[in-house]
Amino acid sequence: MMLRFALIIAVLVPFGARAAVEIQEVTSPGGITAWLVEEPSIPFVAMDIRFKGGSSLDPEGKRGATYMMMGLLEEGAGDRDARAFTEATEAVAANFGFDTFRDSVQIEAQFLTENREESLALLRDAIKFPRFDQDAIDRVQTQIVSIIEGNETDPNDIAGTTLAALSYPGHPYATAQEGTVESVNALTRADLIAAHEAVFARDRVYIGVTGDISAAELGPLLDTLLGDLPATGAPMPVEAELALEGGQTIVDYRSPQSVVLFGHAGVDRDDPDFFPAFVANHILGGGGFESRLMVNVRERRGLTYGISSFLASRDYGNQWLGQFSTSNENVGPAIDLIQSIWDDMAENGVTPEELDAAQTYLTGAYPLRFDGNGRIAGILAGMQAQGLGVDYIETRNDQVNAVTLEDIQRVAAEHLVVEDMHFVIVGQPQGFN
Amino acid sequence: MRRFALATLACFAFSAAAQAQTADRVTTFTLDNGLEAVVIEDNRAPVVVHMMWYKVGSADETSGKSGIAHFLEHLMFKGTETMEPGEFSRVVAANGGSDNAFTSYDYTAYFQRVASDRLELMMRMESDRMRNLVLDDEDMLTERDVVVEERAQRTDSNPGALFSEQRRAAQFLNHPYGRPIIGWRDEVAALTLQDALDFYALHYAPNNAVLVVAGDVDPDEVRALATQYYGPVPPSENLPPRARPAEPEHLSARHMEMVDDRVSNPYVIRTWLAPERDAGAQQDAAAYTLLAALLGGNSATSHMGNLLEQTEKSALYTEAFYSGMSLDDTTFGMLVVPVPGRTLEQAEADMERSLKTFIEAGIDSAKLERLKAQVRASEIYGQDSLQGRARSYGAALTSGLTVEDVQMWPTILEAVTEEQILAAAQSLLDLNTSVTGYLTNPSAEEATQ
Repeated sequence: MMLRFALIIAVLVPFGARAAVEIQEVTSPGGITAWLVEEPSIPFVAMDIRFKGGSSLDPEGKRGATYMMMGLLEEGAGDRDARAFTEATEAVAANFGFDTFRDSVQIEAQFLTENREESLALLRDAIKFPRFDQDAIDRVQTQIVSIIEGNETDPNDIAGTTLAALSYPGHPYATAQEGTVESVNALTRADLIAAHEAVFARDRVYIGVTGDISAAELGPLLDTLLGDLPATGAPMPVEAELALEGGQTIVDYRSPQSVVLFGHAGVDRDDPDFFPAFVANHILGGGGFESRLMVNVRERRGLTYGISSFLASRDYGNQWLGQFSTSNENVGPAIDLIQSIWDDMAENGVTPEELDAAQTYLTGAYPLRFDGNGRIAGILAGMQAQGLGVDYIETRNDQVNAVTLEDIQRVAAEHLVVEDMHFVIVGQPQGFN
Repeated sequence: MRRFALATLACFAFSAAAQAQTADRVTTFTLDNGLEAVVIEDNRAPVVVHMMWYKVGSADETSGKSGIAHFLEHLMFKGTETMEPGEFSRVVAANGGSDNAFTSYDYTAYFQRVASDRLELMMRMESDRMRNLVLDDEDMLTERDVVVEERAQRTDSNPGALFSEQRRAAQFLNHPYGRPIIGWRDEVAALTLQDALDFYALHYAPNNAVLVVAGDVDPDEVRALATQYYGPVPPSENLPPRARPAEPEHLSARHMEMVDDRVSNPYVIRTWLAPERDAGAQQDAAAYTLLAALLGGNSATSHMGNLLEQTEKSALYTEAFYSGMSLDDTTFGMLVVPVPGRTLEQAEADMERSLKTFIEAGIDSAKLERLKAQVRASEIYGQDSLQGRARSYGAALTSGLTVEDVQMWPTILEAVTEEQILAAAQSLLDLNTSVTGYLTNPSAEEATQ
């Protein structure tokens, strides 16, 4: 067998004084690309594989199919039933994780250098040859129904599903990816096989690898792992139209506290204003204890244990959201305060001191993210899925530093609109209307 | 599928049990004022984790003042003689770092994660607030509201958390482990500024603390910096001994039930008193650790999972759990979430039967060998997490263990015999120290009557 690598690009990214992350773009003999950071000091490899599309590929009436399919990958694959598969995984001490999100599915793997071949053979079986044995289907189906029932009594989940339903009627984003009790109970083995074919294809896969492996060793392994997957899968989801309007929705829930989830339209990851919005959000409610929301709602008034805001920039629809919990009697005062904070930033932007502090934090914290094989592999896969180049790590801090007071003023005035804010309140808020 | 809604309530993981205990590049020193220090070198990234662990937790509180250890942890982010309230976190953030703190039964810890060239600044600020905290009533009152909200969010809104609190109170008849870390609601709401200042003055001192520094650092430099900043802090002359009220002999199994309409999956859970890891004597704890994994670790291969989830299909989820990291006696536990339609009485019988059949069948040697392979692997995987390594040393050294105990732990796990695991299992047949709890909802309750 000939080992040949069409392309290995190396980019050196300096961090601080003493360390550097070197990303190699590895293309396998069969044409599969992965980003690799070699780190031979600990004898194991972390791998992060993402397939775009995720649970939003569920066909009409089959909500929950992708989520259940992913839950079954380690419940029997290749020659092994569920128990034999897990025993084999334990014997080589590999760790696999299978996760489902709205825009992608994610497979995380950790395996020892000494057991590399055996571990990857197991992972390959899970991805390519899941058995979907009927008894495993029955068991997982029952578990998922119980998870759905649990979510239906969890105030945080209730808030999330309520806001999603109001936001994106008719789109997969509107409903919980686990499905409903009815939709999950109706799923058949054929639906799971269809979901498997819809999700796993070579035109939507992004791979990050970090650890004790060289580019020459990784190339052929990529082909073994993913080589004969079909070229394409289900058509990608369509854009989600945001139907959310300003206002409030109260869901009665017996608790001394209300969970509040709020927000309105957001900013696309590819929008030229994304970085100004990102920095603005950090000042508004993105960063630890120093954000305006934390300082005012928690530190000064003691109305909550924690409050944050975030840019929910998804592949097919964007929102600018925030969340907190507060005692039922404090819901009214807290919402008034949040609206005034929102309004103030839209009106007046931020101060030079705030912008300076945010830029110092965001640029200083960025290199600290790269401090473990698993974390780096995840960053590598995530960057590719977002369409970012290998040089993004080098230029990202410059983009943060390029944001000006005027940029933030413009973005805040355009996107932070108090009248558009919708508050979903799960609890029994008092003296509030 | 290995995720389950309840799995977070008690999880067994070797990543926590045997994390990266290699003696490699771990050094220690003690300053003249009694401050112990552990330095873990890892030069892969220019990052450092700086942690200060105090040997004081909620189990060191006086009766009637529950929650004061955790409340003080919040107040430590207020000002000192030279820093304004909130300035500590602001400075950390301005340096690109993040900081936080946590409180447990046996310890309270403060940490920052920053670029390694900012270590000196972290030490300057952390040594300052070790003795120089300044608090006023306004800070205290606002922060007390925050803690009451935290309790409402974590506990009062969550029937599982409320039930866990009630069960623990029943488990410990006399030992303060029976009190919740965050405190009973009415007691937390009544804590005063003086309570916080008294607790601070008594317990926060270098001779009651452990410094852990992990990351891209040079041990000699760390020692020099620690000597410069922590060295001048005077030790406390009147540190109270950490002798908590002991448990009397338990003569009666306890059984309790809580009904709450927010419960979606009723379950039965049983805990027993069990020995913790002791310095120089960790064998019993090692046996309970492996027992938890074999009996109810991974659902696909554990005894309970095979019997109740796979074969009989009577349970949605099963688990056995144990954590030996504790200053005083800890607990071993088993959990069964029955499939819909099955009563909690039946689930309890299933739980008891699975323990009996486990003992009758004896230890599956192949399974034990696979488990030990995972222990060995966890030493390798564990090296990947700087924060995880720092935490495992900090928790151990504030829970009565030594650096050597931490490093010996994987070897001790490896040496556990089948007989020792069976003996640990047999100890669970005595129900006198046990608390059995049913958490259910009104409709499930009705259906079974």
